[in-house]
Amino acid sequence: MNWTWFHKLASPPHAYRIAARLVPWFAWPAGALIVAGLYGGLVLAPADYQQGDAFRIVYVHAPSAWLSMFVYATMAVAAAIGLVWRIKLAHAVAAASAPVGASFTFLALATGAIWGKPMWGTWWVWDARLTSELILLFLYAGVMALRASIDDRDRADRAAAVLAVVGVVNLPIIHYSVYWWNTLHQPATLTKFGKPSMSGDMLWPLLLMLLGFTLYYGAVLLIRLRAEILKRERDAAWLTTELAR
Amino acid sequence: MNDILDMGRYGAFVWPCFALAAIVLAWNVVAARRLHAAARQQALRRAAARAAS
Repeated sequence: MNWTWFHKLASPPHAYRIAARLVPWFAWPAGALIVAGLYGGLVLAPADYQQGDAFRIVYVHAPSAWLSMFVYATMAVAAAIGLVWRIKLAHAVAAASAPVGASFTFLALATGAIWGKPMWGTWWVWDARLTSELILLFLYAGVMALRASIDDRDRADRAAAVLAVVGVVNLPIIHYSVYWWNTLHQPATLTKFGKPSMSGDMLWPLLLMLLGFTLYYGAVLLIRLRAEILKRERDAAWLTTELAR
Repeated sequence: MNDILDMGRYGAFVWPCFALAAIVLAWNVVAARRLHAAARQQALRRAAARAAS
């Protein structure tokens, strides 16, 4: 099998150019899916028989919670690739992912707190799901702070990568916390093998939002990755030619 | 319209969540584009300085 295309992906000039071409392919479908999901979730889906219209918060809470973990997993895999194979582009992907993941972790926590007030009677409880999600936010902050605190880029990449990889242990804790401990938080709405705990007319807008948010992350990651490549390759000869275009 | 805004008496909780989500979605795009524009400007300045020297 010819692996040239794979090795080319790790080349900064190639990645810089291909990222520019890919952004619209992620951004436009993401926008369309989010708009359709919002219409389905806010207008077409019926009110929940227990939670009433408050359940509609799920259409922003669940996708942001999903992204908070998906982005971390992506960041950790990229960091591990950077550590093991010393691919600089992988460190750039990890660096570009961290602020996006942190913002969606914050959004998951904030929308969860706002949803918790009418449903649980409190903004916050120190239960396993909420606490482990808060730890995820601290992990993102730690990775970003560590990277920013070291001047030498290679050392900063390695240190941030080690922290990102170690922090992966928190992901299964977040996911299984609702099963391992007694918690106010409901179990997962969507499971890999089980039937969804949601009716079809409530479910499809959620699936659109989940896919839309994921593609949106792809678009933002590619823009941030281009910025990271520019910063890291600022003295490279190819960049002068590229910017002159 | 009032029904949609009221959200079955949960409007004060539902709409802030969607507003916050809109802010985060918009901020991510704006921040990423500004970051790229700034990095591009800096790279252009360095290239110009190299060419001048």
